[in-house]
Amino acid sequence: MSGITIPVQTDKPKLAVYKFSSCDGCQLTLLNLEDHLLDIAGAVEISFFLEARRRVLPPPYDIGLIEGSVSTPEEEKRVHQVRRDCKYLIAIGACATSGGIQSLRNWANVKEYADLVYPSPEYLKTLETSTPVAAHVFIDFELRGCPINGGQLLEVISALLAGRKPNIPSYSVCMECKRRGLPCVLVSKGEPCLGPITQAGCGALCPGCSRACYGCFGPMDQPNIGALGGKLTGELGKTNRDMKRMLRSFNGYLDPFKPASDEYERLEQQEK
Amino acid sequence: MAGVDHGIRDVWFLSMQGLEHMVRTLRAKGYTVVAPTVRDRVITFDEIVSVDQIACGVRDEMGPGRYRLIDDPLSRVFNYVVGQDSPKRLFFPPKLELVALHVEGKRFVLDRTSPKPPKLAILGVRPCDLAAIRVQDRVFGYGDESAGHRCEADTYYNQARKQSLLIAANCTQPGATCFCDSMGTGPRAKEGYDLSMTELGGGFILRAGSDDGRAIVNELPVRDPSPSEIELGQLKTDQACERMGRQLDTDGLKELLDEQIDHPSWDEVAKRCMACSNCTMVCPTCFCSTVTDSDDLATGTASRTRRWESCFTHQFSYTTAGSVRSSQRARYRHWMRHKLGTWWDQFGSSGCVGCGRCITWCPVGIDITKQAAGLRDHEPVKRHAGTHHIERGVTI
Ligand code: SF4
Ligand code: SF4
Ligand code: SF4
Ligand code: SF4
Ligand code: SF4
Repeated sequence: MSGITIPVQTDKPKLAVYKFSSCDGCQLTLLNLEDHLLDIAGAVEISFFLEARRRVLPPPYDIGLIEGSVSTPEEEKRVHQVRRDCKYLIAIGACATSGGIQSLRNWANVKEYADLVYPSPEYLKTLETSTPVAAHVFIDFELRGCPINGGQLLEVISALLAGRKPNIPSYSVCMECKRRGLPCVLVSKGEPCLGPITQAGCGALCPGCSRACYGCFGPMDQPNIGALGGKLTGELGKTNRDMKRMLRSFNGYLDPFKPASDEYERLEQQEK
Repeated sequence: MAGVDHGIRDVWFLSMQGLEHMVRTLRAKGYTVVAPTVRDRVITFDEIVSVDQIACGVRDEMGPGRYRLIDDPLSRVFNYVVGQDSPKRLFFPPKLELVALHVEGKRFVLDRTSPKPPKLAILGVRPCDLAAIRVQDRVFGYGDESAGHRCEADTYYNQARKQSLLIAANCTQPGATCFCDSMGTGPRAKEGYDLSMTELGGGFILRAGSDDGRAIVNELPVRDPSPSEIELGQLKTDQACERMGRQLDTDGLKELLDEQIDHPSWDEVAKRCMACSNCTMVCPTCFCSTVTDSDDLATGTASRTRRWESCFTHQFSYTTAGSVRSSQRARYRHWMRHKLGTWWDQFGSSGCVGCGRCITWCPVGIDITKQAAGLRDHEPVKRHAGTHHIERGVTI
């Protein structure tokens, strides 16, 4: 008989990938895994991933990866359905875990922003704030980064499928930086590196390019932001405004970056 | 014994040009030669294939949390001290796959074991780092089987050490954070080297400390040093003792640390410490590691990897009841007490060799010598006589 194959329902775990308010960078990280993407496709049934394929299998799903923050009334509703559809829900990237860059609006007036950017802002339906997924529903795991690290994503998926604990460290970027033997840009060049307060996971990408860490993986476990701030605003001549802006770049709305950035804002205003 | 000719000469003069011969000879003997190089304006140990890759014409300036390399055409070859990295990484790699295996039927099938270390010749090891290697020898069970305080042998470390050749460079220009003189480890190497060099104007006073070292010298264009050259070499390292950037009073320090566990200075340092782990990563004696297992989705191969760990991380002391050292205060105190105090109980020596790296490379410049001095507002009751013996047979 000639080769007509009828797709059969497999018993592989089903994977869903969702997009909320985001730049798609984290989904691209998944697509950029190339060879490993095929491994993932071999191990799970990619059931819902609009950026990658048109075919959609119905819920429920075993693993849900959710990219993006909640910033519209529609998303606020949809996130609850996503939770109901997935056994394990994993928030991926700075937007989903902290509210992302777009959470800068949380300190401003959204209407003013909208009027500035869009010719017809009346068509815009948006919330006053951009918030992480965990502010709305329970999530099982968070992967930090803007964007996430492909290796970490693979580690979480492998761990989940093998039923083991994922090895995702919560210590500083400095640990990865030093393991790689990279010359410290803060000590040897006076660059304002946020590595000592930022969670590892990127493999010290930026110091590896001889530049300072921006903090895109968000706060490490118990960061001492004030101590680094003392060095940056003292010896390295940064202002309170600089500190505020550095802390608010990618994960500004996530504790304890948020209260620290608020404190630097207060100090900035005091100066005036 | 003075005046007796044993037929073995142990001191020579090697000209500047002779250094090139040395590198070539080492390579011809199958060594991977590692030496201080300049990487991104920091002195870094790296593999070299020719002598002109060795950092030269630069000097270093350092202080707490600050390091700068300055071009100085008048500088000789080893006119700088230690950089960020120590030879630790060469014997105890920061990341090492220990084993990889998969299941076939009911059996485990071995895919990989840990890699074989290269045969290393490390050129330009500073005396403090040489002492640190001897400290780690005990931690990783290398050398004399009968040595006290010796741990179980680590395979990679032992193999790497056994086939290594250590060529020390004595220090004539100590850095601003160096305090090897206080710890009895420098600025002149006393033991543990195959060859040692003291740089003078036109070359080096070369000494052999082992047969392997002597075998290398046999192939080099060396000559007898003049008495004045030997004296100058001595003078330069003697003077270096007087120009130490820092000092640490080790007298009774172990007891002091035991007694001062509630000293207010721990609270003060906890406000400044970020628990970023840089100090432990750069310390040439810190030996902690963590082992994690992972698996490959496609092949089903499970692998076990060892990585450098630090007592500053939350997970380091994590138990089912949470992290035992949950505060920055507890973690800093643990680190300092281990380096200067409890290391004695564990390994019979100090865990600090006075290289100063933890001061320079701490982003906020926390200074172990200052912290120790700060505890001295109270005299320790007991006296700890052993001050700086890195070798076994210590007096306590
Ligand atoms: S470069 Fe940045 S991340 Fe690396 S050790 Fe220095 S401060 Fe830490
Ligand atoms: S070094 Fe910092 S900014 Fe760069 S990728 Fe890593 S966490 Fe992000
Ligand atoms: S002492 Fe310095 S280098 Fe060590 S963990 Fe604290 S801040 Fe980091
Ligand atoms: S504790 Fe500091 S000074 Fe002592 S050996 Fe370690 S890094 Fe060097
Ligand atoms: S000071 Fe900390 S990291 Fe270093 S050897 Fe001791 S426990 Fe390990």
